[in-house]
Amino acid sequence: MTASRKLLDSFILLAVVALVVGCGQAGESAEPGAAGDGATAATIPGLDVTEDELKYGIGPIRNVELGPLDDALAARGEALFKTKCMACHRMDDRYVGPALRGVTERRTPEFVMNMMLNPGEMVRRHPVARAMLAAHYTEMPAQNLTEEEARALLEYLRAQAAEGQANRGGTTENP
Amino acid sequence: MARKIPRPFVLGLVAGAVTAVFAYACRTTGPKGALDGDIASRVYVAPGEYDEFYAFLSGGFSGQVTVYGLPSGRLLKVVPVFSQHAENGWGYSEETKPMLETSFGFVPWDDAHHPQLSKTNGVPDGRWLFINANNTPRVARISLETFETEEIIEIPQSAGNHASPFVTPNSEYVVASTRFSVPVPQRDISIADYKAAFKGTISFIRANAPGEMDIAFQLVVPGYNYDLAHAGKGPSYGWAFFTTYNTEQANTLLEINASQRDKDFVAAVNWRRAEECVAQGRGRDVPVTYAHNYMDETRVARSERKQGVRVLEPADCEGMIYYLPTPKSPHGVDVDPSGEYIVAGGKLATVIPVHSFSKMLAAIEAKDFEGEADGIPVLRYDAVLAGEVQNPGLGPLHTEFDGRGYAYTSAFISSEIVKWKLGTWEVVDRIPTYYSIGHLMIPGGDSEKPWGKYVIALNKITKDRYLPTGPELVHAAQLIDISGERMKLLLDFPTLGEPHYAQALPADLIKDKVVRIYDIQGNRNPYATLSEADARVERRGGTVHVYMTAIRSHFAPDIIEGIRVGDTVKFHVTNLEQDWDVPHGFAAMGVQNAELLIMPGETKTLTWVPKQPGVYPFYCTDFCSALHQEMQGYVRVSPAGANVVLTSNGAGQSRVLASGGGR
Repeated sequence: MTASRKLLDSFILLAVVALVVGCGQAGESAEPGAAGDGATAATIPGLDVTEDELKYGIGPIRNVELGPLDDALAARGEALFKTKCMACHRMDDRYVGPALRGVTERRTPEFVMNMMLNPGEMVRRHPVARAMLAAHYTEMPAQNLTEEEARALLEYLRAQAAEGQANRGGTTENP
Repeated sequence: MARKIPRPFVLGLVAGAVTAVFAYACRTTGPKGALDGDIASRVYVAPGEYDEFYAFLSGGFSGQVTVYGLPSGRLLKVVPVFSQHAENGWGYSEETKPMLETSFGFVPWDDAHHPQLSKTNGVPDGRWLFINANNTPRVARISLETFETEEIIEIPQSAGNHASPFVTPNSEYVVASTRFSVPVPQRDISIADYKAAFKGTISFIRANAPGEMDIAFQLVVPGYNYDLAHAGKGPSYGWAFFTTYNTEQANTLLEINASQRDKDFVAAVNWRRAEECVAQGRGRDVPVTYAHNYMDETRVARSERKQGVRVLEPADCEGMIYYLPTPKSPHGVDVDPSGEYIVAGGKLATVIPVHSFSKMLAAIEAKDFEGEADGIPVLRYDAVLAGEVQNPGLGPLHTEFDGRGYAYTSAFISSEIVKWKLGTWEVVDRIPTYYSIGHLMIPGGDSEKPWGKYVIALNKITKDRYLPTGPELVHAAQLIDISGERMKLLLDFPTLGEPHYAQALPADLIKDKVVRIYDIQGNRNPYATLSEADARVERRGGTVHVYMTAIRSHFAPDIIEGIRVGDTVKFHVTNLEQDWDVPHGFAAMGVQNAELLIMPGETKTLTWVPKQPGVYPFYCTDFCSALHQEMQGYVRVSPAGANVVLTSNGAGQSRVLASGGGR
């Protein structure tokens, strides 16, 4: 297992811990060191997000209806990804930011879009985003996306997740 | 749009500031002026709040424009125009160098005097700011969406472009004219032939379509010095007025020789009449070459050479120009908001002469001329005079208006602003300035609807107003309240360069349309790198193009090898950010050039010709993020003829160390 793979796992574990802690037992401390070298949500003082915000992220997106994969929309998303995202994100490796394959399975679509549209507030308030900042150091910049563009990017990430599954014969290591 | 600040906090600050001013006033006497207790609150803009007005001050010998907030006097921006600006690479980057091209070649400096806001229906509309270059005659247009210079046109057959770039009421034209008459056409002749061969020109430049600035027509006029101008408005819409001095036509020691006559002229130009004559094919086309530089939506400036200009002599177009005798060596010429009164700053006169536009028309109708000057009818002084302001201070220069029936004239020698009433010509107030005021400016004070709340004194001499800083001192501006019966000094603030004229307008006309980023997907720079996947190096003969991206907090590529001494390296850096206020800078050791400052979504190019082998670090110069100090890279330069392969670690390659981030 490569170092970046290990880091990714740490990160995922951390995120899961954060979600669990955030949803049910805010204020209670998690196991120290449980998330490896990252921060944990429970150690963040003044956590003031709602349960909905924990699940869906903080931002303008409240509800996303997902249909069957829309290839045209995903293609638009891919073009946007190349200009606005890939300077920091790759699919399978940690780069400046976390690897993104399967992110649409780990997070709600609303969370993913709010992270794109409102990264500044997300990394300041949302325990998962704060943990990601702690693990990746560089604050995710706002890239002036419209909601439609964020939706296209979401579709591209969905397509990438599906591609990853196909490549691995229908299984994925991502939770 | 004031934001809420906790009231006790504001009151505390205000109280503190007021106390400070009281304390200061109590130990200050004489020329510092007596200050009232509420003055601090009049200019205090609380942290996080906005000023009420944008003010645009010319930089004079800096060649630039500065933007201030009023009433605070806070410097908000330097807009580079006619001078190279190493701070952001203006005139150094490949994208901006063409903006400083002229028919003389690349000119890296000029002397910028008179900002003029574009107008619609005689009122500033917040679209553009125009400004003149006095030395190598040019006029620039600055966008008030980007606060960048977008267009510069050179003025052919001109020198000392001082009476410029005053705009007509709907920005149909900006004007330009010769302070220094020159041989027309330019040629190698004896300066002793001044009276016979030297001419003045007055140019009308089309100004209301971006990218299409052009010399519409040019008047060839007697070889006097044409000093300042303002366009007519209301009833005088269609006319423009220019002061002249040196009607003596001296070409040496003008200080004495151009101060002989008791009266010089205000030239009244009927530009609608000139348009008619041009439309009728009158005049002639003169083969001259001049530069037109324009930054279009590619944000890459290009410089073209325009050929030929339509020239009208007074004899070509009767009724186009008249001279109004005006005492004495007049400087400014200012038209009141009604458009009826034409006020001349009779620099060496003991009065301020005010001409009447309606009387001028009647005198023209009646041919009430006292003579001719080189074919231009000279109207009789008494026939056009509306009145004279008596005892106006020594050395009256410029006049602005408050829209409530009062005029404010700067008096250089007696160092004061004199307030007087239009129509009765009586002086009603005066206030000293520190020291030796040149121009003065009321927001919209040369328009049809002034926002007559403040006047700014733009002083030429500073002396003891600030802590001393060696022989060279900043020029001092002073903010004066004109909302009441008596003028009241509120604030001194330092300026950059030498502000001559200035303009101001309410912030609400501009602030909500100001551009925050350039759309990366709309980037049309031919050397843009719109995805880190396309970051790369390419050799084309002796030139190496580096297609580089920048985003918090790395460059791609950040390792470049295979450059050889003798190569020309072009760093094309695209800022992939799409967030407001996240420029990235780019500089490399030993580069004989400025830095680049690249706005979000924009591409800028720096050219470097390395002279010595070695490894050269480059880095981001504008603090951008928590990992700004990590935003760096290396370029390796090998000797000429070396066979190091040109490579870079562009996109698609993992640049993360095997140890990753884990430890």
